[in-house]
Amino acid sequence: MTAQTLYEKLWDSHLVREDPDGTALIYVDRHLVHEVTSPQAFEGLALHGRAPWRIGSVVATADHNVPTHARSEGIADPISRLQVETLDQNVVKFHVKTYFGMNDRRQGIVHVIGPEQGATLPGMTVVCGDSHTSTHGAFAALAFGIGTSEVEHVLATQCLLTKRLKTLLIRAEGKLPPGVTAKDLVLAIIGKIGTAGGTGHAIEFGGSAVRAQSMEGRMTICNMAIEAGARSGMVAVDETTIDYLRGRPLCPQGEMFDTAAAYWRTLVSDPGAKFDRVVDIDVASLKPQVTWGTSPEMVVSIEDRVPDPSKEADPARRGAIERALEYMGLEPNVAMSDIAIDKVFIGSCTNSRIEDLRAAAAVVKGQRVAKNVKLALVVPGSGLVKTQAEKEGLDRVFLDSGFEWRDPGCSMCLGMNDDKLAAGERCASTSNRNFEGRQGAGGRTHLVSPEMAAAAAIAGHFVDVRRGR
Amino acid sequence: MEKFTVHTGLVAPLDRENVDTDAIIPKQFLKSIKRTGFGPHLFDAWRYIDVGQPGMDLTKRTLNPDFVLNRPQYRGASILLARKNFGCGSSREHAPWALQQGGFKAVVAPSFADIFFNNSFKNGFLPIALQESEVARLFDEAVGAPGYRLTIDLAAQTVTTPSGEAMHFDIDDFRKKSLLNGWDDIGLTLRNAAEIKAYEERRKRAEPWIFG
Ligand code: SF4
Repeated sequence: MTAQTLYEKLWDSHLVREDPDGTALIYVDRHLVHEVTSPQAFEGLALHGRAPWRIGSVVATADHNVPTHARSEGIADPISRLQVETLDQNVVKFHVKTYFGMNDRRQGIVHVIGPEQGATLPGMTVVCGDSHTSTHGAFAALAFGIGTSEVEHVLATQCLLTKRLKTLLIRAEGKLPPGVTAKDLVLAIIGKIGTAGGTGHAIEFGGSAVRAQSMEGRMTICNMAIEAGARSGMVAVDETTIDYLRGRPLCPQGEMFDTAAAYWRTLVSDPGAKFDRVVDIDVASLKPQVTWGTSPEMVVSIEDRVPDPSKEADPARRGAIERALEYMGLEPNVAMSDIAIDKVFIGSCTNSRIEDLRAAAAVVKGQRVAKNVKLALVVPGSGLVKTQAEKEGLDRVFLDSGFEWRDPGCSMCLGMNDDKLAAGERCASTSNRNFEGRQGAGGRTHLVSPEMAAAAAIAGHFVDVRRGR
Repeated sequence: MEKFTVHTGLVAPLDRENVDTDAIIPKQFLKSIKRTGFGPHLFDAWRYIDVGQPGMDLTKRTLNPDFVLNRPQYRGASILLARKNFGCGSSREHAPWALQQGGFKAVVAPSFADIFFNNSFKNGFLPIALQESEVARLFDEAVGAPGYRLTIDLAAQTVTTPSGEAMHFDIDDFRKKSLLNGWDDIGLTLRNAAEIKAYEERRKRAEPWIFG
């Protein structure tokens, strides 16, 4: 047999049919649903009198609109409330069995709770009406975001119409230096290949630096594959994957687990498998990363300076830099470590898992948030992450330092609830998008790792987290 | 789905790269549970000076005179011209809905983000990728000539300029046929129901835990 990439194995095992022009029908194993991109899909289904094909594949939660404090009082904004209530109703109407509603203690960001519950398994196709579905690829699943029409299509047919993607291997070799994290690695990758670098490709993240990551770290990396333009990112199965999954509620148990695990261990790219493209990255000299602009590719290391558009020869790029600096309120050539911040957000499906919170807490422990920082938020990714953190006393560490400790949800990652930036406010954020207005109209986002966000909160400006170590 | 065959329309040049879906339709408008009503909020943060909220009285809002789509000469435009990586970011299908409801039939750019590209076809909204140099030329011509119109012929896969020059674009056969006929993807897929069932049975034997 010819050597296959992981992507090819996943593709082949889900192919229902393929037409000569390459249009294919692939089967969907797991369908994750949240309140923002599902109402019109459920409505469409009902309008056409169609029944869901396999409702058991659906795992649903409310995450984007939910408040992160005083949740027992409900949602104040009537429009947000209607959206969450609509999901509640659809769950009942269409008999969704697995639902983590707003007040369930297991509720959380869909991309955090999927893996946490064992709803995401190796060898699965996982879809969700959400671009960061790429996160689940960390489990050697073929996982990608879809639009609302496709949500309806999957509900009705359990399949998707799509085409085979090209393959891109990103091989990160070496050992990440202390203080340099999975987040820094993925930001550096995006800086290198650009936000359209992975367009049309499925990315496999490989190499010793990726294999050395925990599942949390791998999820952080795959989460941002979409920020490199790729709908899917994935990591091969190894014992780290299997160990993480054992005992999770929605995982197979006992003998079935062992049978499954034996199959899962085959979900790796075969030696000699051919990728359409390979990008190598040496991580030994990698430094903590900070974005300076309004696209995740606009990133430099903490030792660098804000770029100078006058040094850019290409007029389109120069224009883009100028526009970004204007929006961000930054002058060229300023040292990144001289940029003062107003708010700090530790959360989102990129960095709100227990490891992220532990890492951030270790940085802030025994110190106070700087006076110029108006708000420092910690928003755990799920109810279970929150409980675990409290068991370890991390909530106390954050609270004692002057952080706020909130209930799980998307929160200030996109500011659909009350947590947002005001115009002109500058935020050190562990989320994944620094687009204009992402965290609130006129807000200015700098993407960083949890450690870097924590260090910035204490210093009041960006600072090299490696110095304090 | 709405059909797309031939369309001639006024061109609005939006000279930006990496236009993300949150710029196309800001998140506060995603709280709607409907498929309609997004048109007035297309590019809301760029189009208005004040910050938009759902249900606002539009007549009380202040338009941003610097935003290109607000210029009188682009009123009624139905073809958007943009730079590379159009539609990046969030998977929201509200983006093509907003463009369509804002009067656009098609967008021409050198490249698109995958999810946006895909979502557009599901709604009869046509994203057309041309060479970067061709797009650059269209920008020059559109900015220089008021009332600049293009003709898009889907069957012929061409974009034709006022001077009669036709530029070819690629589109896969399935999408082209669906658009030309206004077909519903779900209906098409369900014709293969027996095949899907047979596949499902095979998988149940191979990976029973998926169906647990
Ligand atoms: S945390 Fe942010 S990126 Fe993740 S699903 Fe929520 S809104 Fe999307």
